[in-house]
Amino acid sequence: MTPGAESMIGAVPLPTGTMAFALLLPGLALAALLVAPPFLSGFLLTLLTQALIYAILAMSLDIVLGYTGLASLGHAAYLGLGAYAVAILTTRHGAGFWVTLVAGILLAAAVAAVFGLVALRASGVYFLMITLALGMVAWGLAHRWVTLTQGDNGISSVPRPTGLPVSLAAAVPYYYFALIAFALAFWFLRTVVRSPFGRTLVGIRESESRMRTLGYNVWLHKYVGFVIAGGVGGFAGVFWGYYNGFVSPADLELATSVEILLMVALGGRGTLVGPAIGAGIIVLLKNLVSVYTQRWLLILGAVYIGTIVYAPEGIVGAVRQWHASTRRKRT
Amino acid sequence: MSTRRIAAFLIAAALIGMGGIAPAEAQKGPIKIGFLAPMTGGAAQIGKDMVNGLQMWLDENGNQIAGRKVEVIVEDTQGQPNIALTKLRKLVESDKVHVLAGGLFAHVGYALAPKVDEYKIPMLYPVMAADDLTQRKPAKWVVRNGWTSSQPSHPFGEYVVKTLGYKRVVTIGIDYAFGWEVVGGFQKTFEEAGGQVIQKLWAPLGTTDFAPYLSQIRKDADAVFALMVAASSLRFPKQYQDAGLKAKLPLIGGGTTFDEFVLPSLGDEAIGGITPLIYSAAIDTPANKRFVKEYRAKFGKVPSYYSEVCYTTGRWINEAAKAIGGDVEDRERFLAALGKVEIPDAPRGPVKLDAHGNPIQNIYIRKVEKKDGELWNTVIHTYPAVSQFWKYKPDEFLKQPVYDRNYPPCKYC
Repeated sequence: MTPGAESMIGAVPLPTGTMAFALLLPGLALAALLVAPPFLSGFLLTLLTQALIYAILAMSLDIVLGYTGLASLGHAAYLGLGAYAVAILTTRHGAGFWVTLVAGILLAAAVAAVFGLVALRASGVYFLMITLALGMVAWGLAHRWVTLTQGDNGISSVPRPTGLPVSLAAAVPYYYFALIAFALAFWFLRTVVRSPFGRTLVGIRESESRMRTLGYNVWLHKYVGFVIAGGVGGFAGVFWGYYNGFVSPADLELATSVEILLMVALGGRGTLVGPAIGAGIIVLLKNLVSVYTQRWLLILGAVYIGTIVYAPEGIVGAVRQWHASTRRKRT
Repeated sequence: MSTRRIAAFLIAAALIGMGGIAPAEAQKGPIKIGFLAPMTGGAAQIGKDMVNGLQMWLDENGNQIAGRKVEVIVEDTQGQPNIALTKLRKLVESDKVHVLAGGLFAHVGYALAPKVDEYKIPMLYPVMAADDLTQRKPAKWVVRNGWTSSQPSHPFGEYVVKTLGYKRVVTIGIDYAFGWEVVGGFQKTFEEAGGQVIQKLWAPLGTTDFAPYLSQIRKDADAVFALMVAASSLRFPKQYQDAGLKAKLPLIGGGTTFDEFVLPSLGDEAIGGITPLIYSAAIDTPANKRFVKEYRAKFGKVPSYYSEVCYTTGRWINEAAKAIGGDVEDRERFLAALGKVEIPDAPRGPVKLDAHGNPIQNIYIRKVEKKDGELWNTVIHTYPAVSQFWKYKPDEFLKQPVYDRNYPPCKYC
């Protein structure tokens, strides 16, 4: 494991040229996302919207997986909780956007608070198993609590957000809506990981016993990180529910949890921007490659295996390593 | 900070790629049919049968509909509602199709219908049989040329009591809309005819190990009514036999339990199974005999009901397009024409829509038998021209809730 790549880069002063470039690029990326809609077909725009929402979800998992070093296989539960909150509140009670947003985040965070009490008693593979089981509990509830969730039929006809100054019914406004959500989530999570709290999480990932010796409450840090990840997952779920207009137990399936995990691994865990890239790649790959071939699962599988074999730290990790090695050569 | 460089690079690359894919607008080109089917996952074999059916009709008719060339764009739903929704968006927004068709699983049907209405593109549902789409929650732009889940179950409930003489039945069904509606329809008419459903078991969609359910089945029943779909149909009959139940309790069920898509993969354990459906490959009419012969020559297997309904879908679109002179761009007129299609000689028999937009068609009671080393669904009784409302008045029927896991309630459990 590369010890805190983020902090390493932060510590080394960069040449001024690189610095300017580094400031320019995120701006360019954001500008590209901002001006993209007129150049895209409607379908690609909806895919990009989908990618943004999944990026929020993958970034939230990164708090647990990348920064705290705990692999969770139940993260789809929070997506589902946020989405079900939207579906049930809008279709049954005609709730507006702000109500569903608060309800979705609180519900997901509350469930994460309960799940965290159970799951954080273990670590490593046992943590993985417990989160998997808890994820299945959430799926099972969505599947069997028919009076509330309509079971496998799912809840359809979820309207687009109401109670806002602009109409979000069309694809382009909703895309910008998701983009704002993505930017907010990115800003929030970046603030978290750069705070002393986030640094402590990285410390726990690297050596739990050392952090404990230093007097940190390790369990509490992990727990708060887990709840934050759940809450942001619910935030993504709210936008997912509105985006699809349909929520069903399939959103909470194990396959969805695994997919989020792969997004984080593919992009590079512990980098925040990596999971967002991973989410974009997987959403686009899954939906665009399948247009051309029915064997798209093979291609997706090859990408996963290739990542694990050749870039175990993900795309961002690999690029950082390459960058570090070229810099060493220069000096 | 190379993180950001790569991020920007990837986004730029993605955007360039997208620009290239965005399709050019075409005015009066070919008629584009967007076809949704599961091409991967547990129901891939069904998806293949569906695509083959449509392809066969197009091949037989020079790949033309109402004199215009046809372009079929098949998209893989993986049998998942979310993915089906994404693919629906792709077909409409990116491919600009004129008409949509296909889809599998009732809950996918419920998920797609509001979106289809939003897009205002006609969509044919040859397979997705969710009852309420032509009953309590009609969708204007959905043209159901298939069936409702409970349609074959209604006559079958009576048949089981009056002809087969079974009075006490245990049901085991797949736990989603289609399963509830097939079992519910059966229970309603079966109990009204004097039968008793004494136990209802539900297994989640995709279940392949039925041991925990089979061990619960009450042995004081006369028969077991099983409703299986996709991968479950493959496994259930063998496990039923291995559990020693086949010798004691005859197996009856919903049509998809012993559909032709699965029969070639089953052995003698399937023999004797009695199920109702809108089709059997063994229907003894010239139209069907020709269809089965040609289909076998082309694809090397017996057509399933999925093949037949999608084959007839090709013809259905053609009849409607012909009626409006091929002007499928006029969507309102096209939709109206699709609703007026009548096919007197489909392989499955005569088909026309009722006032609520669901086909009135024959229901075949079929028994699995072995002929020349192959399993066939021999037709043992035909109910002609059955409506989705069976013998009930539509208004009264619609007052009862849609069949679900707890409706009708299990009075004799």
